[in-house]
Amino acid sequence: MKFRDEYRDPAAAHRLAAAIARTVTRPWTVMEVCGGQTHAILRFGIDALLPEMVTLVHGPGCPVCVTPAEYIDKAIEIALRPRAILCSFGDMLRVPGRHGDLLAAKARGGDVRLVYSPLDALAVARAEPSREVVFLAVGFETTAPANAMAAYQAKRAGIRNFFLLVSHVLVPPALRAILNAPGNRIEGFLAAGHVCTVMGYKEYEPIAARYRVPIVVTGFEPLDILEGLWLCLRQLEAGRAEVENQYSRSVRRAGNQPAQALIREVFRVVPRRWRGLGDIADSGLGLAEAYGDLDAERRFGPVCAAGGNDGECISGLVLRGERKPPECPAFGTRCTPQRPLGVTMVSSEGACAAYYRYRLRQLAGDKAT
Amino acid sequence: MCLAVPGRVVSLSGDDPVTRLGRVDFGGIIKQVNLAFTPEAAIGDYVLVHVGFAIGVIDAAAAERVFAHLREIGEVAGDDPSAS
Repeated sequence: MKFRDEYRDPAAAHRLAAAIARTVTRPWTVMEVCGGQTHAILRFGIDALLPEMVTLVHGPGCPVCVTPAEYIDKAIEIALRPRAILCSFGDMLRVPGRHGDLLAAKARGGDVRLVYSPLDALAVARAEPSREVVFLAVGFETTAPANAMAAYQAKRAGIRNFFLLVSHVLVPPALRAILNAPGNRIEGFLAAGHVCTVMGYKEYEPIAARYRVPIVVTGFEPLDILEGLWLCLRQLEAGRAEVENQYSRSVRRAGNQPAQALIREVFRVVPRRWRGLGDIADSGLGLAEAYGDLDAERRFGPVCAAGGNDGECISGLVLRGERKPPECPAFGTRCTPQRPLGVTMVSSEGACAAYYRYRLRQLAGDKAT
Repeated sequence: MCLAVPGRVVSLSGDDPVTRLGRVDFGGIIKQVNLAFTPEAAIGDYVLVHVGFAIGVIDAAAAERVFAHLREIGEVAGDDPSAS
């Protein structure tokens, strides 16, 4: 496939890895923000190509992982209402709330439907006017334009049985929260290429300047990640802290203007609670007042903040980059993708699931020797 | 979840900017994609598709940059690092 296969060339990857090895003179810790990047790093063994002085830390860029349990609880409550249909992206179905997951709600008779696009959920609402159709609108900035479009089209067409349960999150406030944390050890970031395809990277420039961290907007293929790392490490070695754009085939500095215009039309910036990171001011999107009739929380009651904790699960530490999955005593034993203790093992983009899928055999081998 | 896949626009339809559609070829699999956010997308362009929407048009010239970097790296190294 064009614009994919050529970025997976092993010989070119080794040349970039060699360039990184020549660049680095001391230890550096870099966070890749997006779960898709984490997945690629483990799948293609990119971390194994790097010098020992370079530590990659996996970031919070997995919307499934950071969606709080109380949203799942609310979605389950809605799904079990007699007239409701709950539509969701597939990767949300197995995320544990406090009282089970959406798949279990489906097994109990809830009408839970998997959709590929938010417009598919809108089509369900059009096809079933006697039912109340709720779309679980989660995601980062990448997904916000699509979800905004579903809301926009519903309002424009006067569809009254379509609602969004919104838990949208934004990357820059999360980066600030990570950098402000007392135990922070991140010295550079690979920013998420698809988030920046939508939003551009102007909003990262003040972060790079204020915290003195290089931020390199980076793609998702092995050569993208290696080039992004090389650019980031070159900056660190030179004492620079700028925003650079590795993923220039998709990302422009100002981002996608029509997409941003629709996000501004439909959403407003709100505080959000993140699983693992806690409450972060101005870190999410909620429906704007003009779209309040589409708000599932207005129709079915607000999401109630959850008490309690994640038990044995250390996903909060993993999401903040303070622990790696194999450092968890439950990893691969009491916690597996089949029986997950927490979100980072559930989502295909979660760091624990990526380690389980691509590293467990290797880790077992290491322990045996 | 932020997965987005590049594909080539093979046809366009619809006059309403909000519901403008394209048929997009992903290595032989053709899917219908909403092009509302990429009004500039033309037949033959590669678009980046996320949950049924094109979120950007791929810049073919910029796509070459990593390979230019690789040539630069090769010259600096003065040898063929892939052989090492």
